[in-house]
Amino acid sequence: MSEGISQPDAPVALEATESGDLFSKFDPLIKQRSDLLASGVEDPFNLVMEKVLSPTRAVCNGRDTILLGTYNYMGMTFDPDVIQAGKDALDNYGSGTTGSRVLNGTYQGHKECEEALKEFYAMDHAMVFSTGYQANLGIISTIAGKGDYIVLDIDSHASIWDGCSLGNAEIVPFRHNDIEALEKRLKRIPEGAGKLVVLEGVYSMLGDIAPLKEMIAVSKAHGAMVLVDEAHSMGFIGPNGRGVAEDQGCLDDVDFVIGTFSKSVGTVGGFCVSNHPKFEIMRLVCRPYVFTASLPPSVVATAATSIRKLMHGGNKRAHLWENSKTLHGGLTKLGFTLGTTEPQSAIVAVIMPDLQRGAAMWEALLKEGLYVNLARPPATPANMTLLRCSLCAEHSAEEVETILGMFERAGKAVGII
Amino acid sequence: MRAMERAEVDQRIRALIEPFNKKGVEIFEATTFAGDLEFDSLTVMDFVAAIEDEFDIIISMNQQAEIETWGQLIDAVCKLADD
Repeated sequence: MSEGISQPDAPVALEATESGDLFSKFDPLIKQRSDLLASGVEDPFNLVMEKVLSPTRAVCNGRDTILLGTYNYMGMTFDPDVIQAGKDALDNYGSGTTGSRVLNGTYQGHKECEEALKEFYAMDHAMVFSTGYQANLGIISTIAGKGDYIVLDIDSHASIWDGCSLGNAEIVPFRHNDIEALEKRLKRIPEGAGKLVVLEGVYSMLGDIAPLKEMIAVSKAHGAMVLVDEAHSMGFIGPNGRGVAEDQGCLDDVDFVIGTFSKSVGTVGGFCVSNHPKFEIMRLVCRPYVFTASLPPSVVATAATSIRKLMHGGNKRAHLWENSKTLHGGLTKLGFTLGTTEPQSAIVAVIMPDLQRGAAMWEALLKEGLYVNLARPPATPANMTLLRCSLCAEHSAEEVETILGMFERAGKAVGII
Repeated sequence: MRAMERAEVDQRIRALIEPFNKKGVEIFEATTFAGDLEFDSLTVMDFVAAIEDEFDIIISMNQQAEIETWGQLIDAVCKLADD
């Protein structure tokens, strides 16, 4: 699922209205938004970062702010080697490729970026997309065709749902992280039909991880191929930062790993890595790969440099775990209700009693000088309002204590604790 | 599977829908899930899962998209259970 957005991840068809204005269908959302802003709250979805000082600090709406909602898990955005690689690529290759990967848009940098990914995951094939969204959109819609079945977790990210919508396969969702529900559905799929199971390592709404080992075993037992989106775990979870599947010892059974450069890697772009012997044909048949311009040379250069540095990020990973544990433990002690009872990732989700108080708390934190993500219905599971915190390896231990103080003051002012 | 009577399917699904029909809306052939019963996506998933378990079938989201009313649901389940 996705944060902050005013619509659910699974697409919903809005009914046409008779007014003739095609925008009439958005009237209920326009009203809900203006009602919220009329209550005087700062617009949670219109924040501007005027200056970015570091991976963890920015000037937001005129205030010096600690960033605790950016997914910049490994703090690579200001790494001097990464920035230098980007500058060099700008000088040597120009500002953009102006072309598709399959025409004039594959530069040396794109190949080097794919080499870095193959090494990072120790896999045979890597394919770089222009965004993580397009990676899911492209791979899922292309490999599962008419008559095939896609079995997916109901809390899947919008890019997974949209990949399902773009393709022609039969779509079968199951209850979040429910191994038995997954198995029942796999059992009932007609014999001979192709099956793709789509899972995520970390689910970004509550920051909980999936029981991948069990789910992949069940999927394999029923002859399904498995795709795992490791967007929120790459660089951080697992001995080599390869994600939850690596951590649970089942990466070898994953057919396709999807990931993004816009979180731990610290730039933009998406990818799929795989050991499938025929994987390279994807470059010719995957429309969201073919019919769009490739990433600018500076972006793939920063990505490749960052990925190679993440291979040796063991100390940073350890510090990020410390941060996650300190924040999770501190917030629990203060009396907040969290999305998971134990810290499972670098995301700590604080559950708010309702949207009104959630928005008030979000604003109180912003005035304290802390940015977190506000996530609200219908984008959230069970229609919860969440304040989602994503930690960074560059947050110092002192900063995490400062953050806890901000939560305490804001929580008391709003009457949540 | 033996051919199931439509009335029997209707009756079994009526028992399944009870916990989801919180307002006790009276159900006719033309009753709609989104409009009359105000089912949201999570309720739909749980209700569909209950039907799937009861009849040992799969109702994919593609098939669900064609089902708006109670009557259409009963027809679809009769067909799926017969296959």
